[in-house]
Amino acid sequence: MLQGKNALVTGASRGIGRAIAIELASKGANVVVNYAGSEAKAQTVVEEIKALGVKTFKIQANVANESEVKAMVKEVTSEFGSLDILVNNAGITRDNLIMRMKEDEFDQVINTNLKGVFTCTKAVSRQMMKQRAGRIINIASIVGVAGNPGQANYVAAKAGVIGLTKTTAKEFASRNILVNAVAPGFISTDMTEELSEEQKKAMLEMIPLAKLGQPEDVARVVRFLASEDANYITGQTIHIDGGMVM
Amino acid sequence: MADVFDRVKAIIVDRLDVEEEKITLEASFKDDLEADSLDVVELVMELEDEFDMEIADEEAEKINTVGDAVNYINSKQS
Repeated sequence: MLQGKNALVTGASRGIGRAIAIELASKGANVVVNYAGSEAKAQTVVEEIKALGVKTFKIQANVANESEVKAMVKEVTSEFGSLDILVNNAGITRDNLIMRMKEDEFDQVINTNLKGVFTCTKAVSRQMMKQRAGRIINIASIVGVAGNPGQANYVAAKAGVIGLTKTTAKEFASRNILVNAVAPGFISTDMTEELSEEQKKAMLEMIPLAKLGQPEDVARVVRFLASEDANYITGQTIHIDGGMVM
Repeated sequence: MADVFDRVKAIIVDRLDVEEEKITLEASFKDDLEADSLDVVELVMELEDEFDMEIADEEAEKINTVGDAVNYINSKQS
């Protein structure tokens, strides 16, 4: 399905990013595993991908840092020769009520979760424009659509990602670069483990399918958007949330 | 090695799919050669590759005509 395609997944050492990296590799794509801090976990993902018989390596870069991102993309294209799929997944949380949120907590989340999508998109755009082909899939969040108390920074960043997705889709459509977002709801990962029991219970009550999603539920939709099956879809945000927000 | 103008011309013909006669030093990319802003960005990228140079964004913004591009390249190649 993705044989011979080359993919870069940011924040791929764990959670949804890890599931996406493995899903793409399982369909034949060569996958670069980007990570910021969790080198050991990234190496585990690389080993899992290697076992699937495709090319892979890990690369450290903070997506909020443009020069690190440029260097990363340069290495990916010189190793693989092309770059067909970019998955902007890297993200952090610094939850707090607005009244208690520090400027630094707001800035850190915006820098990684929103600016990071811009830096990576910009860095791959030259290669994808030359190829006259490319897929960019941004991992937004359902809270970017619906809002969520205690996550002003995260919600602002994710809503920003949805707008950025639409603009990127319009700017690059003429070069056959398709850009979409997915908006996961309540997915079982390290990040959601940090939520309180009270928060979890409240969220479950809002989900018509009455269960948490798994990282693989998101990964399969990303794989679809990266494939030839999604040739006529661009600028969209697909909710993967058990029906939470319709 | 071919003249800078000829090499630039070849890239423009290839990228913008315009007739060679239309490409004069005075021709404006946007007005005369029907390039949109993304085409111009792309042309600059191609020129960077062809002439093995980096054209800073501030310099690239000043390139409006074929002559601007040729002059810029000549000024950097001495």
